[in-house]
Order: sequence, then C-alpha cells, then structure tokens
Amino acid sequence: MKQLAELRSGDVLDEKTLEPVTRLDLIKYAGASGDYNPIHTIDEEAKKLGLPGIIAHGMWTMGNLAKLFTPYLEEGFIQDYTIRFSGMVFLGDVLTLQAKLQEKDGEKMDFHVAAVNQSGTEVIKGNVVFQTYT
Amino acid sequence: MFKEMIGKRSEKVKNIVERGMVKKFAEAIGDPHPIFIDEVYGKQSRYGKNIAPPTFPRVFEYGEIEELQLPNKGLIHGEQIYHYKRPLFVGETIYCYTEVADYYEKTGKNGWMGFIILKLYGEDAEGENIFTEEQVVIITETVRKELVR
Repeated sequence: MKQLAELRSGDVLDEKTLEPVTRLDLIKYAGASGDYNPIHTIDEEAKKLGLPGIIAHGMWTMGNLAKLFTPYLEEGFIQDYTIRFSGMVFLGDVLTLQAKLQEKDGEKMDFHVAAVNQSGTEVIKGNVVFQTYT
Repeated sequence: MFKEMIGKRSEKVKNIVERGMVKKFAEAIGDPHPIFIDEVYGKQSRYGKNIAPPTFPRVFEYGEIEELQLPNKGLIHGEQIYHYKRPLFVGETIYCYTEVADYYEKTGKNGWMGFIILKLYGEDAEGENIFTEEQVVIITETVRKELVR
C-alpha cells in the first residue's frame, strides 16, 4: 500500500462505493451509537415529518466516510474532521466515498472529503486534516 | 429563544472506551479494521493498543444541560466538527461534558431557523483535553411551534 505521505496536492484516495443502504444498516447504527431518533428506523415517524421514508443518520454517513483513512492510521491520525450534512440519504441509495488532497503543509495534510449518491449529489461534504507522525 | 442558554454547561460524565462497544460501532459503520478490534494487532501497532474510530464519541454521554429543553424529534443536525489531540485508546476513561457555545436565528428563503452551537469535550483523568466537538443543530419553524405550544 502506498504511504499517505507520498501523495501530492490534487491526488485522490481510492474511492469506495458502499452497498445500497438498508434498514438493518440503520438499526445497527442506532444500537451501536445510542441514537434512537425514530426518523432513522420507523417509516411512520419519518412520514409524520413530511419525509417519504426513513433517512440515514448523518453520523452513519460521516462514520463511513472516515474509513477511507483507516488504512493509514499508523502513519498518522485524523486531527480535524469537519462535515456539513447537505443532503438526505434514503434506503437503497448507493454512496460513493471520496477524498482529495488539497494542500500539504509539513505533517498536515488537508483533504476535501465527500459522500456522493447515485445521482451525483454530495450528501455530506467537508474536510479531513490528517496529521502524520514524524 | 435560546439566547440565555449560551455558556450553560453540563456536569462531567465518566465514560469508558469499551472494547465491545468499539467493535459494534466499527461494524456499524462498515469499518471493522483490526486496528480497532483485534487485540494482538493493536499491541503490535505503533499505539501498543487498539484505537477507536474518529466518530466514536457519538457513543459517549455528555450529561444534561438542565435548562436546555430540546425536542427529541425534528431537529436537523447541520454540521459536525471533531478536533483531536490524539486518537482515543480502547480501554481508557474519558470525562465528557457539553456546553451551549452560541445561539442565533436567521430568516431566509426557508423561513425562520434557529441555530444552536453545542460544544462537546472529552478529557483524560488528568483533565487534559483529548478531543473537542462542535455540533450545529438547526431548529425549524415547525419545531419551534411545537416548543412554544
């Protein structure tokens, strides 16, 4: 595997495309995180709020997106992780995780990160500052 | 409507980065990497132990800000920011608390919206900060109507 430190500005990490989102994915995340807001698991509750159906926890998507960096966690760590939740994720959606190195300043690597759905819409986007160990 | 909440904070709550919870969490975000869950792998890593995924603090309890009454439904999580001094280690104890950092309102093309900025903190037993979190929580017109009713 390539070292993260070898990347140059404009380089991207290998994209990951997830399996279509299932109800069980969200039930598991609810259990693991303790976030039982019913809008993520129970259709009737989502519909009461005017949604067509349940939506994924934004934090589920944010958690998934971070795994692009997991293979490099002995080379450094995620110092800053900033996300704006810009779109909703519904059951059956297919998300692709992306990271692009924007700037490198010594041991700090600043990535633009996003999860994009099957229509090409960024559902979450933001930045990861990865601090490499010297 | 939450302006007077700015600066209010919760009592610190003791949390443990439990091995079983880290495993469940890593699996739930589809990231069961051995650096998080395999004890032997962790021992041989540069950390000498397993670490937790960066969004793991979602699991922690931060205590209640008594005066802050938020509905448990209908709020929008707009933004989330983590800042770490170092990764979290499996097995360690973290003391967490939260405070209302800011509150403001805007009226735009989507009508009235309130923005609560919550800051969350995680410290080790010596009181050294390990991570900080910022959450932007959006209150919509619909939710506000429920609150004042």
